[in-house]
Amino acid sequence: MATFWIIICLILLSTAGFFLGRHRALASAKGQVPQLHSLPAYYGFNVALTTLVPSLAVLAIWLLAQPLFVETRIAAMIPADLAPRSTEVGLVMSDVRRIAEGLDIAVTQGVMTESEIQHLSVDTIDLRARLGGLGIALGSEVLPEFLVAARSYREMSQDGRLMMTLVVTLMALVGFARSYGQTHKDFRARNVVERGVMALLILAASLAILSTIGIVFSMLFETVNFFGLHNWRDFFFGSSWAPDFRGDSTLSMLPLLWGTIYISVIALLVAVPVGLFAAIYLSEYAGPKTRSVAKPLLEILAGIPTIVYGLFALLTVGPMLVRIFGRGDDGLLGVEWMSGATSVLTAGLVMGIMLIPFVSSLSDDIINAVPQSLRDGSLGLGATKSETIRQVVIPAALPGIVGAILLAASRAIGETMIVVMGAGAIAKFSANPLESMTTITTRIVSQLTGDTDFASPETLVAFALGLSLFVLTLGLNILALYIVRTYREQYD
Amino acid sequence: MSNHSLSKHRGSLLTQSSNTKKRNAAETRFKAYGMAAIAFSFLMLAILVTTIFSKGMGAFQQTFITLEVELLEKKLDKKGNRTLADLKKISTFGYAPLIKSAVGSKVEELSINTALKPKQLLGILSKGAAAQLRDFVIANPDRIGETIQFRFLTSSRVDGYLKGRVTRESIKNDKSISPEQLDLVDLFITAGVIEKTFNIDFIIGADASDQRPEAAGMGVAMLGSLSMMLVVLALALPIGVGASIYLEEFAPKNWISDIIEVNISNLAAVPSIVFGILGLAVFINYMHLPMSAPLVGGLVLTLMTLPTIIISTRAALSAVPPSIRDAALGIGASRMQAVFHHVLPLAAPGILTGTILGLAQALGETAPLLLIGMVGFIASNAPDSLASGLMSPNSAMPAQIYEWAKRADPAFYERAWGGIILLLIFLVTMNAVAVILRRRFERRW
Amino acid sequence: MDAQDIKIKASNVQVHYGDTHAVKDVTVRITDNTVTAFIGPSGCGKSTFLRCLNRMNDTIQTCRVKGEILLDGEDIYDKRVDPVQLRAKVGMVFQKPNPFPKSIYDNVAYGPRIHGMFNHKSELDDIVEKALRRAAIWAEVKDRLAAPGTSLSGGQQQRLCIARAVATEPEVLLMDEPCSALDPIATAQVEELIDELRQRFSVVIVTHSMQQAARVSQKTAFFHLGELVEFGETGQIFTNPEDPRTESYITGRIG
Repeated sequence: MATFWIIICLILLSTAGFFLGRHRALASAKGQVPQLHSLPAYYGFNVALTTLVPSLAVLAIWLLAQPLFVETRIAAMIPADLAPRSTEVGLVMSDVRRIAEGLDIAVTQGVMTESEIQHLSVDTIDLRARLGGLGIALGSEVLPEFLVAARSYREMSQDGRLMMTLVVTLMALVGFARSYGQTHKDFRARNVVERGVMALLILAASLAILSTIGIVFSMLFETVNFFGLHNWRDFFFGSSWAPDFRGDSTLSMLPLLWGTIYISVIALLVAVPVGLFAAIYLSEYAGPKTRSVAKPLLEILAGIPTIVYGLFALLTVGPMLVRIFGRGDDGLLGVEWMSGATSVLTAGLVMGIMLIPFVSSLSDDIINAVPQSLRDGSLGLGATKSETIRQVVIPAALPGIVGAILLAASRAIGETMIVVMGAGAIAKFSANPLESMTTITTRIVSQLTGDTDFASPETLVAFALGLSLFVLTLGLNILALYIVRTYREQYD
Repeated sequence: MSNHSLSKHRGSLLTQSSNTKKRNAAETRFKAYGMAAIAFSFLMLAILVTTIFSKGMGAFQQTFITLEVELLEKKLDKKGNRTLADLKKISTFGYAPLIKSAVGSKVEELSINTALKPKQLLGILSKGAAAQLRDFVIANPDRIGETIQFRFLTSSRVDGYLKGRVTRESIKNDKSISPEQLDLVDLFITAGVIEKTFNIDFIIGADASDQRPEAAGMGVAMLGSLSMMLVVLALALPIGVGASIYLEEFAPKNWISDIIEVNISNLAAVPSIVFGILGLAVFINYMHLPMSAPLVGGLVLTLMTLPTIIISTRAALSAVPPSIRDAALGIGASRMQAVFHHVLPLAAPGILTGTILGLAQALGETAPLLLIGMVGFIASNAPDSLASGLMSPNSAMPAQIYEWAKRADPAFYERAWGGIILLLIFLVTMNAVAVILRRRFERRW
Repeated sequence: MDAQDIKIKASNVQVHYGDTHAVKDVTVRITDNTVTAFIGPSGCGKSTFLRCLNRMNDTIQTCRVKGEILLDGEDIYDKRVDPVQLRAKVGMVFQKPNPFPKSIYDNVAYGPRIHGMFNHKSELDDIVEKALRRAAIWAEVKDRLAAPGTSLSGGQQQRLCIARAVATEPEVLLMDEPCSALDPIATAQVEELIDELRQRFSVVIVTHSMQQAARVSQKTAFFHLGELVEFGETGQIFTNPEDPRTESYITGRIG
C-alpha cells in the first residue's frame, strides 16, 4: 500500500499548497482583493494543481511502465534453453513472478529475512515446500536460474518503487516551490489554472478513446499469441470445438457462432414482435394515463440485471420447458424431446423477454419521430388507424426500426449471463432448439475462469473469441447507429 | 350530376358498407395485437416478480434448534487458564461430543423414544454446529463450565422440511436425512425446540462451503459490491463529468471530437464481458493487481459505466439553455467560470440521476466479474478496513448469486433467489432516488 | 337558394379544446360546386372548424364538438357514422405538403387501395392517371411514377397531395392553408387548380391571405375569436362588409 500513502501525501501537500498560495497572494496585495489579477482562490488552485497533477501523472505512468520494463529485463536474463519459444517465456516469467511474490510474503510474515534471501540456494532448501507452506503454490521445482531471476526481479521492483517515490516526491516539491514562488498579485493565476483544468478535461475525454484502445490491444496481443500456437484456419473455418488441456484441441469458432446466432434469432423472434407491437400500442393507441403506467413498468423489465434472467432461465423456464417437452409419459406432451433444463429455447425465450423493453423503447422513440402530418394525411384520406400505422407510419419508420433491431441483435450476441446459465456447454451444429448448445460468450467465461494458463491455446482462444465478439457487435452497432442517424436526419 | 351518382354508389353515411366493416374488424384485430403485446410483457414481469418473491423469501427465515449445552472445562480448557491460544487449540472435533450429549439429553428430557443413533441425532444439526459453538466459546471464554442455552442451525434438509421444500416423498433417495429423523424433528417442533425465525445471518453473514447451505449469507458479498461501487463513484463520476464538459462545452467541432463521440456511443454498446477480458488482460495480467480484488472489479465497472455517465451528463449539460452561458459571459466571466459556476450547478441533478442509474447498472453486472475471479467461495470474513475491502479477494452480490445457482444442492437456489431480492432492493432504492431527484429538480426552460 | 345545392349544413357548432372554447356557435351552409373560403386572424378557429367537417378533430383527445353538421342531410356526428367512411367523402389537403414515403404512384393509389375502389390493376392505373391529371401534375410526373413522392418540389408535392385526395373521389375537398408553405409561383399553380376543382367538388379552403380568398372563392366566411362574424358572397364581403369587425380586418386594422 506504499502507493496509497504516496497519494495521500500528495493530496495533503496540495491541500496545504492551496491555503499557502491563497494566503501569499492576499499578502502580496496587502489583503486588497481588487488588487489581485485573479480571485484569491485561483492562486490557491494554481499551487495545489501544480503540486498534484504532474506528480500524479508521473506516478500513474510509472506504475504502468515499471512492470513492462522490469519484465523485459528479467526475461532477457533467462537462459534461452529454458524457454526456447517466445510463449514459454511467459510461462517462465509467471513462475519467476510467483517466486518473487512468495519471497515478499515470506519477508512480510517474518519467515525469512532479506539477508537470508540473498543467500538462498535451491540446493540447501526446498523453496517450493517453504513457499507452499505460505500459500504460494508453485507448478514445478525451483530452478537456480529462476531463483536468481526472482531475486533480481524483487530487487529491480524494489529499486523501481524507491525511485518512483523519490521522483514523484521531487516532482511535487518542485511544482509546489515553483508555483508558490510565482504567486504574486500580478500573476495571471486564473488563466494558468483554467489552462490546467482544460488539460484535465481533455485527458478525461481521451480516456474513453484510451479504453477502446485498451480493449483492442489487450485482445489483439493475446489473439496474435493464440494464432502463434494454433492454426488460424481451424479457428475460423474448422468444424468442431473440443478444447483439451492436454493439447491437440480443435478450437473452431463456427459451432459457437452457430449457437450464438441461433439463440439470438429466437430471442429476436420473441422480442421484436412483442416489443414493436407494444411500442405501437403505447405511442398510437394508449391514452396518456395508460402510457404513464405502462412505460415505467416496461422499464422495470429493462432494469432487471441479467443474472436475474439467468436464474429465471435455469430454475424456472428451463424446468418448465422440460415438463412440456420432456420426461416422456410424465410430461405434458408425453414426449421425450428434451432432457435437460438448458437449451437454445430456454436461453432464447428468456433473452427475448429481456430484450422486449429494449426494442419497445427504441421503436417508441422512432415511431414518435414520424411527423404527425403523415398520419393526418392518411387519416384525412379515410384510412383507419391500423392502415395508417401499417402502410404509412411503419414504412416511414422502417430504417429506424431496422436499426433498433440491429442494436437488439448486438445486445443478444454479447449477452453473457443468460446463456451461461440457460444455454448449456455443448458446442455443436444442430437445428433442434430443445438441445443445449453453447455460445461465444459462455466459452469465453469457461476458458477464462478457474486456473488460467496464459501460455496454452485453450486459454488464449478466449481472447480470439472476445475479439471476434467485439468486432461483430461493433460492426452491428456502427451499422445500426448509421442507419438510425440517417433516418433521423430525414425528419429533422 | 356525377357527384350524386357517386354518393349513391357509396351509400348513406349512416350504414356501414361491408368494406368498412371488414376494415374495422382488421382495426380491432390490430389493436388487440398491441394490447396482447403489452399484456404479455406485464405477464412476464408478474411471473418474474412472483417467482423471485415466492422462491426467495424463504432465505430470510432459518430453522434453529435450541439446546442446553454443558461447556465442560475438562474438554475445552484442560489447563483452566482461559488463554486464547490454548482455547484455539481445541478443534471442532473437541466440541462435537458436547453437542451430541446435548441432543441426547434433550431427547431424554422430552422422553422421546427413538431408534436413532447419537450420530444420526447429530445429523439434524448443521455440519457447522460445532464451529458455531467453538466461535462462541472463543468469544466468551468466561462461560466455560456453565450450561448454556445455545441456538444451533439445523441442517438444510430440516430447514427445507419446515419450509415445505423437503417432504418424506422427496427424500427417498437422500442419504443426508431419513424419515425417522423427520419424525424426531416433528416432535421437536411440537416441543418448541426447533423453530423457524428471521435469519439475520443471511443479510450480514458470509458465504459457506457447499456442504452448508443453511449457513450461507450475502453480507460479505454486499461489502464487496459496496467497495466496487465506491471505486466506480470515485473514478467514473469525475472522469465522466470532465469528459462531458469538454465534449459538450469546449471541444472544437472537428474530426477528433467526432471520433471521440462515435467511440463513446459505441463503447456503451460493447458487451460487458469484453470489459472483463480487458480487466483480466490489463489489470491482472499486465499490472499484476490481485485477482478477485474489488479494486479491479471497480476499475472494470468504471470503464463499463463511463459511457453511460458521459451520455447522460452530456444530455444534462445540453439541456441548460445557452442564454445562461451568454448571461455569465456577458458580465465578464470566462468560459470556464460560466461552465463551473452556472451551467454545472444547473445540470447537477441530471448528472446525479445519470450517475445513480450508471451505478445501478454496474451493481447488477456479473459477466466481467467472473473473468477477474470475483466468483466462488472466496471471502469468509468481512474485510476489516477500507484497504483490505478494496484489495483482499471478495465476491459481489450478483457473482455470489451466480455461485449459489451453480451449486448442486437445491437448498442454495433459495439462497440465490433471496440474494436477488436483496439485489433488487438496492436497485429499486437507487432507481427511486434517481426518479425523485429527477422529479424534484426537473426544470423546463 | 336551392336546398339541393346545399352540401354541408352546420348549425350551432361549438368546439372545446380542454378548457379553451375554440369555436363558438357557428352556423354556416356550404353549397356544392363552390369554393368557400374561411378567413380570419390566426387562432380564430377557422382551421378547427374545417377539421370538424371531416371529423379530423376526433384524433385529438381533448377536443369536444357540439352542435349539428349535416352532409347531404345526414348528421356526420351521428353514432352510426364511421369517420373512415365520412373521410372518404370529405377529403382533406393539409398546410404542409405531406407525401407518404412511397412512390408517386403509390401515394395517389393509397386512397383507392384502402377503400377498395377498383377490381383490376388497369382500373387503378386509370384512377391514378385521372387524379394526377385533375391535379394538373400529370405532365410533370408521368415519366417517373415510381420515384418517391418526397423527391418532388414543394409545389409539386402539394399538387400530388391534392391528386391523392382527389383520387378517392370525394364530394367535398377541405384545404387547410394549402399554399402557406409554397412560393408564389407554386401558389399560383395551386390556386388555378382549385378553381378547376370547383367543377366537380365542393371546395372549402382556409387561408390567412385575403387576396387568395378574393382570387379563388365565391363565398367567404370571416371568423374572429372563434365566432363566425360574417358569411356571404366573396365580392360583397370584400367590397361592402356588413360587420365593422370584418371591415377592420380587411383594411388591416386587426389580425
